[in-house]
Amino acid sequence: MLTLTSPVETPFDRLPAGVKLAALVVATSAVFTITSPWILGGAAAVVVGLYLTGGPRLLAYGVRLLWPLWPFAAVIAAWHLWRGTPVFGLVVLLRMAVAVTVANLVTMTTRLDEMIAVITKMATPLGYFGLPPRRLALALALAIRFIPDLMQSAERLTLAWRARSARRSGHRLLAPLTLAAIDTADHVAEALRARGGAG
Amino acid sequence: MERNIAYIALFAALIAVLGFVPRIELAAGVPITAQSLGVMLCGTVLGARRGALAVLLFLALLAVGLPLLSGGANLWAVWGTPRIGFVIGFPFAAFVAGWVMERTSLAVGVSAFAGALIGGMAVLYAFGLVGMVWRMGITPGQALFNLGAFIPGDMVKAVIAGVVTASLARMRPGVLLSRA
Repeated sequence: MLTLTSPVETPFDRLPAGVKLAALVVATSAVFTITSPWILGGAAAVVVGLYLTGGPRLLAYGVRLLWPLWPFAAVIAAWHLWRGTPVFGLVVLLRMAVAVTVANLVTMTTRLDEMIAVITKMATPLGYFGLPPRRLALALALAIRFIPDLMQSAERLTLAWRARSARRSGHRLLAPLTLAAIDTADHVAEALRARGGAG
Repeated sequence: MERNIAYIALFAALIAVLGFVPRIELAAGVPITAQSLGVMLCGTVLGARRGALAVLLFLALLAVGLPLLSGGANLWAVWGTPRIGFVIGFPFAAFVAGWVMERTSLAVGVSAFAGALIGGMAVLYAFGLVGMVWRMGITPGQALFNLGAFIPGDMVKAVIAGVVTASLARMRPGVLLSRA
């Protein structure tokens, strides 16, 4: 549920996560300054090439991940056709497609622990504002650990509701779910303190 | 300190879980889910500072690549889309919601509703508007018109944020760190 990993091994899996993230930020920023649909088309072709290093299966997977964007694409296309700026509309759509597919490629080929290491390292300057990196790492780990747990609480609450009522629960399960989060937080805080604190 | 970290982490997780609540309708290309309700609750329950930190932690989860945004996107995937404005606005929305909660002495439910309205709508829409203009190549006027599609859903969410915050205070007095 929580992972977005490539179905096949690619050459990018072995690149350091920091390099990939830096390349992603540079590439995305560059894409948003380009105004020529031809250059953007070229960029899109390059992205297709990058995906093909993992074979057609990876390319198909990458295209499938673009699907949730169709409502944006529809609005953008409709707006620019209506305004009589179809070329600019195409530019906007190509930028979005390139930015999203490159981002997904980086995510798919980078392990979660590598990514966390890079992000906590990037957050080192926050230490001067009273947030040491190890505290951020602890908070990240706790949140990741407790997402499935809260998910289970939500499912249990839903099941219990269905057993009691044929109507839809609507917002009525939100307060108990929030309370479950609060109770878990209290337990976790106690456990942390018992084990020597968060440092 | 331990208590702060645990609360911030659990509320970041709560925002993520609310993104999976299967009530995804589409308005002008941005899915409406309970996720922004989670952001509002961070502010109204945890208060300005802790609420904003919880949302920032959620953004850090997105930055490490977890596809926790409703619809299954992470920070990098959403970077090039019109939703980026809303995502960047999330921590500010929670901060303002919490600030309203802390600085007013109205009834809990009323204050939480007002905080959710000002933080989760006024502040968030300002960020969302910039994102849409930036990423869709449309005029601010058109972006403002698009925002209109969210108003009914977000009004409902603000009311729910008020109701949920009030019932938490009733079920467990002293649980609201925003009013501690």
